[in-house]
Amino acid sequence: MKKESFLDKAGTRSVLASLVAILIGMLAGSVVILIVGLTNPSLGISGAWEGIRLVVGGLFATGRDTVGNLSFGFNPASFGNMLFRAVPLIMTGLSVALGNKAGLFNIGAPGQYLAGTAASLFVALSVPTSAVPAWLVWIMALLTGMMAGALWGSIPGMLKAYLNINEVLACIMTNWIAANAVTWIFDSSSLKNVLEGTKSGYIYKTSTVINDVIVDGVRTVAGTNIPEGAQVLSTRGGVATAKLGLDSLFTGSQVNAGILVAIVIAVVIYILLSKTTLGYQLKACGANRYAARYAGIRDKRNIVLTMALAGALSAAGGALYYLSGNTEFFWNTYQSLPAEGFNGIPVALLAINNPVGVIFSATFMSMLQICGQKLTELTAYNEYITNVIIAVIVYLSAFMLVIKTWIGKLRKGKAVEK
Amino acid sequence: MPFLIRQTLIYAVPLMVVALAGVYAERSGIINLALEGIMIFGAFMGVLFVRTVQEWGWFQAAYDAKNYLTLQGFCALAMLFAAMMGAVFSLLLAFAAINLKADQTIGGTALNLLAPAVVLFFIRILANQNTLNMYKDDAASWFMLKKSMFGYGRKEEMNFLGSTFVDKVYVATYICILVFIVMSIILYKTRFGMRLRSCGENPQASASLGINVIGMRYAGTVLSGALAGMGGFVYVLTTANCSANGDVAGFGFLALAVMIFGNWKPGNICGAAMLFGLFKCIAASYSTLDINGDGVYLLKNLNINTNIYRMMPYVITLVVLAFTSKSSRAPKAEGIPYDPGKR
Repeated sequence: MKKESFLDKAGTRSVLASLVAILIGMLAGSVVILIVGLTNPSLGISGAWEGIRLVVGGLFATGRDTVGNLSFGFNPASFGNMLFRAVPLIMTGLSVALGNKAGLFNIGAPGQYLAGTAASLFVALSVPTSAVPAWLVWIMALLTGMMAGALWGSIPGMLKAYLNINEVLACIMTNWIAANAVTWIFDSSSLKNVLEGTKSGYIYKTSTVINDVIVDGVRTVAGTNIPEGAQVLSTRGGVATAKLGLDSLFTGSQVNAGILVAIVIAVVIYILLSKTTLGYQLKACGANRYAARYAGIRDKRNIVLTMALAGALSAAGGALYYLSGNTEFFWNTYQSLPAEGFNGIPVALLAINNPVGVIFSATFMSMLQICGQKLTELTAYNEYITNVIIAVIVYLSAFMLVIKTWIGKLRKGKAVEK
Repeated sequence: MPFLIRQTLIYAVPLMVVALAGVYAERSGIINLALEGIMIFGAFMGVLFVRTVQEWGWFQAAYDAKNYLTLQGFCALAMLFAAMMGAVFSLLLAFAAINLKADQTIGGTALNLLAPAVVLFFIRILANQNTLNMYKDDAASWFMLKKSMFGYGRKEEMNFLGSTFVDKVYVATYICILVFIVMSIILYKTRFGMRLRSCGENPQASASLGINVIGMRYAGTVLSGALAGMGGFVYVLTTANCSANGDVAGFGFLALAVMIFGNWKPGNICGAAMLFGLFKCIAASYSTLDINGDGVYLLKNLNINTNIYRMMPYVITLVVLAFTSKSSRAPKAEGIPYDPGKR
């Protein structure tokens, strides 16, 4: 009796609906792989079977054994990278979820993510670490990034609140403006990586140590190898997220304490939404803006505030990803928007806009990305199949309500049978 | 000047057609946020069609025989194919939005995610790289009209009209303009068009007059998909050398902005698209733009950063929307799933 009431709860049903969406998404991906395998003689049914196994269990793939068969087992690098890549997804997922709770579809996450990335990279690479301790620079960079994101997010917020411009359109426009602005800022900056000659089009990693030096009266930059007779003016860079021993737990991966920061922020947002007056006001505005106004809630202020908060969250995603010290930012980004921003949408939808749920759905998404990577590495298929799966999941979550009623009917049908 | 007009047209025409695609969907009551995705899908299918026909050798035969009419015919067929495939793809949105009463914004976003994913997945498998090119040669020399086709020599110049509207243009552009005009007339002057528009305003009232609202919404979405698919192919044909790479650089979203800017009316959309086309054209080629033909590159000499020109269309959209949003009139019932019981 107790078990039944648990299964009939709305929350349980929502989680079940998400799981059904994941299942159907995986199934659709497998079908595509199977069809491609069958029509492509070089792959065949065995190739397709390998592809399907990697899509489902790519996280545990360890490569191929001596005979050439796929081998599976615990892969610490994959696990660590999954956690590492989940960080930006958690943040953008939170951003979209917060917007959804307040009735705003925040498709502007890519632009806010870029704003955060640019601002935090600027601080991390410009503030001299010879004068300010690196950990303080890291915190400053993260906070500046979040502030930039908040500002960027509040633009569509204000357009929506005061001029009644559809936030979806305003967000899309600000995305592309951000992409161009970021390219412009970095193009005219001195942060383009010139120390590593092989890299072009990238900004320094935040962990790179850059020395501003004067050699023979000419001001220039040098890496850790300072030329003889050079006068060092200041040192920049060398900023990276603390590892906290996570890298020895997951050897060979890029994981760092960013995942812990992201989880803490997710919990904070959860508390904000469900336990505070502000959270209640935001949700009231989302449910019915005009009724909320009638109840004395300042709806316009709340819309701007929601978008600013959402912007700060997305921006924190970008900041945490690039402050890790082992990622590089491709600055000439004006023709494309970061996928992490758009992937916040499926993350939030899959988590039914629950901030704690976002942690899990983001981890699932990043697991899919790892699976896609393994698929490209080990078979003739490529990683885009995981995007197909994600898209199918988003498609299904558009009519989550139908799936939920369908699950409900299924339950009732069983009850009648009993 | 001829260059500026020609290039503006090349950018404006796909925008115009795709914006009209948005109008068809929204006037029937469905928000089509998937325009971008449908464009990507249509572009891929069109390029695939051209590539396949080329592989069969039919193109080469026509090209060798200097049979330009046949070549243009193949191009038109590819456009038709892209339109058909766009229509099929948009059925996904129609099904979710109409039959399952889904959230249309999320449904559209799903299609926007799905299209590049599927397209890139297949491009990688077909071409082993991230771009699907034509099978042979570049598109410019196959589908572009050139003065040599009309008996002009290498050194001879066509007159102003000739060099603006004939030399180095695509027949596809003119087909699109024709389609735009015909589809606009259908929307406003035929019984079908008026019924379709009524479903976007008050579907319950339409139903009471015996109009099949579900059918009309399907028609609106599918026609929208067809127009967007064709627009997508024309976009890659005229600006990306007929190669598909799972991206149309936000053109679908820009078309949505053009639609809102144009107040859901074809005439205004035409003007809005021209404005955007002009800015796209300036952004793409300001450094070699010689407006009055005196050999001075005015815009280059202004010394403004490229990125400012690139930002312009988006900034202008926001500014214009800020000024016009009060008077903008969206179809009343757009985005609301049709519920026959609700009066």
